[in-house]
Amino acid sequence: MLVTDTTAPEPAVLATGVDVVLGGHQILSGVDLRVERGEVVALLGANGSGKSTLVRALLGIAPRTAGDVRLLGGALGNGVPWERVGYVPQRLPAGGGVPATALEVVMSGLVHGRTLRPPRDARKRALAALEEVGMARHARRSVLQMSGGQQQRVLIARALVREPDLLVLDEPTSGIDLPTQETFVATVRRLHERGGTVLVILHELGSFAGLIDRAVALRHGRVVYDGPPPNPRGEHGGPEHDHTHPHADPPPPDPGTGLSMEVLP
Amino acid sequence: MTWFETLGAMLSSPLMQRALIAAVLVGAAAPVVGTFLVQRRLALMGDGLGHVALTGVALGWLVGTWAGLVPQDTLAIPGAVVAALIGSVAIEWVRARGRTSGDLALALMFYGGIAGGVLLIKLAGGTNANLVSYLFGSISTVSTGDLWWTAGLAVGVLLVGLGLRHVLFAVSHDEEFARGSGLPVTALNMVVAAMSALTVTIAMRVVGLLLVSALMIVPVAVAQLVVGSFARVMALASAIGVTVSVVGLSITYWEDIPPGATIVLLAIGLYAVAAVTRPLLARGRTGDAPHHDPHPELPDDVELPAAR
Repeated sequence: MLVTDTTAPEPAVLATGVDVVLGGHQILSGVDLRVERGEVVALLGANGSGKSTLVRALLGIAPRTAGDVRLLGGALGNGVPWERVGYVPQRLPAGGGVPATALEVVMSGLVHGRTLRPPRDARKRALAALEEVGMARHARRSVLQMSGGQQQRVLIARALVREPDLLVLDEPTSGIDLPTQETFVATVRRLHERGGTVLVILHELGSFAGLIDRAVALRHGRVVYDGPPPNPRGEHGGPEHDHTHPHADPPPPDPGTGLSMEVLP
Repeated sequence: MTWFETLGAMLSSPLMQRALIAAVLVGAAAPVVGTFLVQRRLALMGDGLGHVALTGVALGWLVGTWAGLVPQDTLAIPGAVVAALIGSVAIEWVRARGRTSGDLALALMFYGGIAGGVLLIKLAGGTNANLVSYLFGSISTVSTGDLWWTAGLAVGVLLVGLGLRHVLFAVSHDEEFARGSGLPVTALNMVVAAMSALTVTIAMRVVGLLLVSALMIVPVAVAQLVVGSFARVMALASAIGVTVSVVGLSITYWEDIPPGATIVLLAIGLYAVAAVTRPLLARGRTGDAPHHDPHPELPDDVELPAAR
């Protein structure tokens, strides 16, 4: 195992010099990101800043033209312990003509990496994950008949069914109902309490404010800020959370003037 | 008991026995593959591969002529298998590269396959009439050798389709999530495409290349009207596939009508019946929360004055 630090394990997310070109447009240029184990990091930035693309590149969904990504100590590809990585996309794809129940969708979270068949207790674990997000009653309903918020909770359950050590959330606050937002916050809190790592794309810190250890902001596909969450609340503004980024970064802009995100209450 | 005797005569005819076994296997396997194709919105993939398989048939014929084989179409089925497999890999490759959209890639296959088949059969010294039995099926000409091919491939398709159903569902349902789970998405897509290719070639003798896709897709279309989960759609579609194949084939034992077309029209008839009766059935069972607010647990997102 490549341990760079003698005391700490490898970071949960370690991305160096990530470039992504989509459709001839440079979406990300030289993005470095390091998320330590147990950290809750918010990824901020305006629309089109490359937040979603970065997350998709970290998970191997968007193709990289340059750079390296290591998740939980393994190089992206077969090296990553995929059974410990959970991902909640922004929304369920429209899907084909074949209906699928919530239970079936959640069980599809139990195949990953080189595990092509779900474990024997898949059904039990899927039901437990649905229970965790308050959707157990709807386990046998088709997801296509559900509201957007209910679908989102099914997608959270699909990520939680792996009992992930690293959870990646793509904009869990945009256009969803209150119970679903509460489910997201409770999920992050629970994961954080048992030492899990969370990387969450946010437009505004909102209900996550008290949970975020550090914020990374993107603009035009570059990291423009990496430090304590803007306008922090409570004890999270303390000096112990002042993480220094190990790579050469552009100097952080003056918070409050340079950032155009709605992070102020 | 003349009806019973006719049935007995039908079942004791070796020709009919072979045809029925082929029909059961094809009827069971085709909708299993079709379920994944419908889920991926690639319902016309089987059609495209059927057209490409026609080029394979003609190519097999051409090679057979060159090699002096008797009969000349000995290599027609292997040719179809090879061409359909190459076509299936090609379409996934084109899709994965993102240069051409899926339906455009399918259209290219449609035209290229038919044109290639017609051209090659001419070069092989045959006529378009030789292709007709492949285009529309010729289940009465199923030989014991063909039956072994059909049985082997159908069992293979069923084993892969059912054994890998969870991961193939994951890839078909949400390809991005599957990729973000480290699954070998491109390879799994090619597995589905290859299964479609093999299904096309085994169903070729039963319903013909032009109607192959119907046997993969129409039972799924019927099943998704009736049941509400992926596993049940697959099981019901498979059962429908077997039923229409066996019933359609049996009808042609008494009436001189083409079996492939009969099977497909039966399936489409079932779809019509299901589509018409569904509202009536749905009224009977309104799901797990009859006459209730579908989202009773949701409070309003804004403060509202108490409604009176």
